[in-house]
Amino acid sequence: MTPVTVYVPRDASARSVGADEVADVLARLAGERGIELTIVRNGSRGMFWLEPLVEVDTPAGRIAYGPVSPGDVGGLVEAGLAGGAPHRLRLGPTEEIPWLARQTRLTFARVGVTDPLSPDDYEAHGGLLGLRRALAMEPRAIVETVTDSGLRGRGGAGFPAGVKWSTVLAAPTTDVKFVCANADEGDSGTFADRMLMEGDPFLVIEGMTIAALAVGATEGYLYVRSEYPDAIATMRTAIEIAYLQGWLGPSVLGSGRAFDLTLRVGAGAYICGEETAMLESLEGRRGVIRAKPPLPAHAGLFGRPTAVNNVLTLAAVPWIVTEGAAAYQQLGVGRSRGTQVFQLAGNVARGGIVEVAFGVTLGELVNDFGGGTRSGRPVRAAQVGGPLGAYVPTSSFDLPMDYEAFAAAQAMVGHGGVVVFDDTVDMARQARFAMEFCAEESCGKCTPCRVGAVRGVEVIDRIIAGQDAEANLELLEDLCELMVDGSLCAMGGLTPMPVRSVLTHFIDDFHLPQGQRA
Amino acid sequence: MAKLDQDAPVFSENRVKALIETRLDQRGPLVEVLHALAEEFGYVDERAVPIVARALNLSRAEVHGVVTFYRDFREGPPPASVVRLCRAEACQAMGAERLVEHACNRLGIGLGEHTPDNRIGLEQVFCLGNCALAPSALVDGRLIGRLTEERVDAILDAAAGEAR
Repeated sequence: MTPVTVYVPRDASARSVGADEVADVLARLAGERGIELTIVRNGSRGMFWLEPLVEVDTPAGRIAYGPVSPGDVGGLVEAGLAGGAPHRLRLGPTEEIPWLARQTRLTFARVGVTDPLSPDDYEAHGGLLGLRRALAMEPRAIVETVTDSGLRGRGGAGFPAGVKWSTVLAAPTTDVKFVCANADEGDSGTFADRMLMEGDPFLVIEGMTIAALAVGATEGYLYVRSEYPDAIATMRTAIEIAYLQGWLGPSVLGSGRAFDLTLRVGAGAYICGEETAMLESLEGRRGVIRAKPPLPAHAGLFGRPTAVNNVLTLAAVPWIVTEGAAAYQQLGVGRSRGTQVFQLAGNVARGGIVEVAFGVTLGELVNDFGGGTRSGRPVRAAQVGGPLGAYVPTSSFDLPMDYEAFAAAQAMVGHGGVVVFDDTVDMARQARFAMEFCAEESCGKCTPCRVGAVRGVEVIDRIIAGQDAEANLELLEDLCELMVDGSLCAMGGLTPMPVRSVLTHFIDDFHLPQGQRA
Repeated sequence: MAKLDQDAPVFSENRVKALIETRLDQRGPLVEVLHALAEEFGYVDERAVPIVARALNLSRAEVHGVVTFYRDFREGPPPASVVRLCRAEACQAMGAERLVEHACNRLGIGLGEHTPDNRIGLEQVFCLGNCALAPSALVDGRLIGRLTEERVDAILDAAAGEAR
């Protein structure tokens, strides 16, 4: 009898609520009872309220159970887990769970499905198709495909990826060009880069390799933040395996074309998620941002032409090259094409990964997918796009997830992270935190950010304390304007966004004296 | 961040040189070298700064600047156990600030400080990528989700016990 395959995620989030213990107990009990099991530590399906989610392979497909605590395992095995038997934790066929079935998983197609470090599994599930196709294409044709797909930078800025690549491809160099993947995912409410690196690391490698072929780069760096030890370990192993497989190295898949990939670990500085600060850090320096121009595309890492992309941008490329630009372009709305990997976080009942086409509304994400708050209280606001994004009130939850629609509402889609708050939140305190965070994490290069953030905390404290509120509100608005106009990068330039969103939508939380800025 | 091995090697100039040596072929190796030193000794000893500077043809000021810029590079021996509580927005939405206050009160120290015996250090961190299972902490490199006050107590008790 062939052993039954059972999946218990290795994802850091799943492990944070006991997946390792579940796998250990399962292995022990199966051994004691003489049940032959193969336990695969897969990535997470991204349904975190169901973690640890255990799946079992049956003739009728994969059956899911969750959330499984170590104490549940005995009962599960007893009930006949190996055969997909009924149990109170049984969720049915995984693919039919409505939350998952409603999604369009392109980038996350393999995450949670495969063994992340099995090259055979990767190829069996469509891996390398994009790379093989790219190897048969002229660099210009790859760039055009990406341009035509409408893919925009998934790190937050939304810059057209094809335009960036085209600039790097055209940039002259005497020796080398680089591709850098930004996995310094420091924004609260985001974990898609982490999940992808832990759940489908070869896709990151494939995406980077295609980018290198497209722009003429021969060396790549993957910059991962040190707060992600699991992702670092998985990616390191995956890179080693990719070299052994001949997917990386002097002759990628025997093509004669070279691409070398190095993983570098950040050192605890949020600002290194800004692309030029990341380049400085990669060069071994303080993570201080660079003034632009020159663009990294012209003079990036070590002064060489460099394509800097977010992990998710690069990971979208293999699908696009395989299925064609038109297939990707068909999804989405306006100038926001394809899918976005939305991340539901914070005080939300059903948090996790929702990969769907752009155009889904914020309310659909928070209420339909997210199921409202975890606390059961009414939703008050959602912060979209990270610590530098706006707090959106529920009255605006009909906003479609679309770069331009959000920008028009003085908000941003950013990387698609959505942090939900219930009605106990003190929004004045959230506004203060935005400035506090900027003060803590500013690289210090430009004055509006370095000093402005500190002054911002002080002035908000005075408003909260009721000191001359009207004059201080005016001062705060003035400060916000200066930071937006005068900062060198998005850290100082966008910190006012959450602050202003609070002033616009939640001014009541400042408890201003009667008649002031009503 | 690795948990400090009680038997972390004591500072040795030769060991520092050896750790640098194996990284000299990398491009821009300074941060990598400092990571290696921090992993080996638990922190970046100031005596290593001139050695690193000479080997990489940098000024001591440049090396010192990098050491002090990044949070991961401690300048002294770390506490035996480091508890890093996430204070970013997703965790705030689930009561992280209350947990921080609770932990500080229990240990009688503030964030960024350690107990007088250097057994437990309490630190803030902004985002551990566990935002759907907030609030979160990283305890000696181990990620913990759905944190409660009871869980914090258990973690601190365990850390105090283990260190003894």
